[in-house]
Amino acid sequence: MPTEQPIDFTHMPDARGHFGPYGGLFVSETLMEPLQELRDAYEKYLQDADFLAELDADLANYVGRPSPVYFAERLSRENGGARIYLKREDLNHTGAHKVNNTIGQALLAKRMGKRRIIAETGAGQHGVATATVAARLGLECVVYMGEVDIARQEANVYRMKLLGARVESVSSGSKTLKDALNEAMRDWVTHIDNTFYIIGTVAGPHPYPAMVRDFQAVIGREARVQMQQQTGALPDALVACVGGGSNAIGLFHPFLNDASVAMYGVEAAGDGLDSGRHAAPLCAGSPGVLHGNRTYLMEDPNGQIIETHSISAGLDYPGVGPEHAWLKDVGRVSYVAITDDEALTAFHTLTRVEGIIPALESSHAIAYALKLAREMGEQQTILVNLSGRGDKDMHTVAARDGLKI
Amino acid sequence: MSRISDRFKQLEERGRVALIPFVTAGDPGPAVTVPLMHAMVEAGADIIELGVPFSDPMADGPVIQRASERALEQGVCLRDVLGMVRKFRERDEATPVVLMGYLNPIEVMGYEAFALAAAEAGVDGVLTVDLPPEEADDLLSSLRPRDIDPIFLMAPTTTDERMQHICDTASGFVYYVSVKGITGAGHLAVGDVAAKTAQIRKHTRLPVGVGFGIKDANTAQAVAQVADAVIVGSVLVQRIEELRETPDEIAPAIAMILSSMRQAIDLI
Repeated sequence: MPTEQPIDFTHMPDARGHFGPYGGLFVSETLMEPLQELRDAYEKYLQDADFLAELDADLANYVGRPSPVYFAERLSRENGGARIYLKREDLNHTGAHKVNNTIGQALLAKRMGKRRIIAETGAGQHGVATATVAARLGLECVVYMGEVDIARQEANVYRMKLLGARVESVSSGSKTLKDALNEAMRDWVTHIDNTFYIIGTVAGPHPYPAMVRDFQAVIGREARVQMQQQTGALPDALVACVGGGSNAIGLFHPFLNDASVAMYGVEAAGDGLDSGRHAAPLCAGSPGVLHGNRTYLMEDPNGQIIETHSISAGLDYPGVGPEHAWLKDVGRVSYVAITDDEALTAFHTLTRVEGIIPALESSHAIAYALKLAREMGEQQTILVNLSGRGDKDMHTVAARDGLKI
Repeated sequence: MSRISDRFKQLEERGRVALIPFVTAGDPGPAVTVPLMHAMVEAGADIIELGVPFSDPMADGPVIQRASERALEQGVCLRDVLGMVRKFRERDEATPVVLMGYLNPIEVMGYEAFALAAAEAGVDGVLTVDLPPEEADDLLSSLRPRDIDPIFLMAPTTTDERMQHICDTASGFVYYVSVKGITGAGHLAVGDVAAKTAQIRKHTRLPVGVGFGIKDANTAQAVAQVADAVIVGSVLVQRIEELRETPDEIAPAIAMILSSMRQAIDLI
């Protein structure tokens, strides 16, 4: 009798970019050939020793990797239950995990001879990370950002400008991340010959979901070794916030075949999943096609994309990476949601108890980890991806507390 | 044989190049569209392309984006658009209608349900901008049994190999996007278009339509010399936007633009 083989979760996507029914290549004809060129280049350089050596050197010397894993001892003790460890992506250059990917894609752009970089951004972290690498490599950089996000992330807008990027305000649709992505796509299709589009998350047409994941998987590869060194074992659970899902997939992917490791992706419940004002397509959306891939979306019964809400601009997106959609359907990862209020409470808790100010995005992961830990034993461990630092969110948090700074 | 193939056959016999106007259904309001469709036919349109409003029209420039937003503000959805086609068919059984839009509204309705409803309404072709042939098998297997032609785009970046694949998958006609860019962007270069349409004809006997970048009667005429169909959109939608406060003036104004294009095309 042949024994049933466990699913290999790490072989996705297939040759055409499908994760089960999700992912794929849903773009206008003009982009098909450029995406093929990108696939060819990516597949080539993924095997290229010089490219990988340059990438590793940049991650070490420019980004500051490996990022530490930190045992949040006081937080764990005061919260009760499982021991909570933090993967400190907030300590990366530019203050979030986003730079892991922009370094990789910018090196690819350079190899492909593209002198102009474009990007979309929500919270501004990906925009800053893109402007940063563009400055370093001397590439022209244009960042598309929704009008609403520009207003709530002024500091990051100024940062991008200091770095020499042009920030284009997007005033169509809901004026947030999804519209910035539409506008970046329009730019790309118009300037296809000299332009490289650095997508910031694990969404978009093939090969972006796989490519961005592969660049972000350095998080999980490091964490796997670090946890074993510090605790002698793999963690019992991983927790990461999910907007598009790049920091989550980066942490999860190297652990997917470790059956003992439970995984939780935390979406933004905004005012609550029942309120309709949230950004939780995996928890409360349905499958559809947007931005080049099939995935779970926030959409109305007529297939129109609906506006999302989250206190965190980086989670305020109506779609999610197709690999997450697949991991949800096959049951490998549990997707849960945390409200604005719960995230804010966790933000304050981590700040006061550990002296670490988390990004509001990451605060969603912290909030869920605190809940989860209380249901687990003291000998168990949870590893949370602290995907970014909270400096960019000072105005938002102060405003919620009725203060103006 | 589909209504689209019929129409191109008739045009070929008469030595006439097709004029295909695009308007967004429900822009600036749902009541405007059906009378506008009839007026366009009277002004010389051979096939009508009806845009299905979508919240995230990634391949469209600002003019058609705003048209989509106006229609969505009026609550116009895919089912309403099918209703407009059904109403149009009460008076016009000959002019083919092609729906042009994005996949998600069709995806959410369900391919079979959509194909049935579209056939019943009298839709003849479907062009989903973000659905390349590589992903289209399932939708095609719903459309084909209902004689609805899948219309596919080709672009300046399309290689010979892809051209062959697209031509093998398409029916009705193929649509050459004449500029690298979004709808309403830039001016097309007639020489480049001539070279590309010639290249496309090596792969297919289907009629070749050319769109994107046709802004006036002169460009329409130049394109008509190398194409089987001239597709014009943003310039019409722009005029509709200008007249959105006085919707009664829309049909005559659009008819006027189309008449001048018709005359210019027929001169060749």
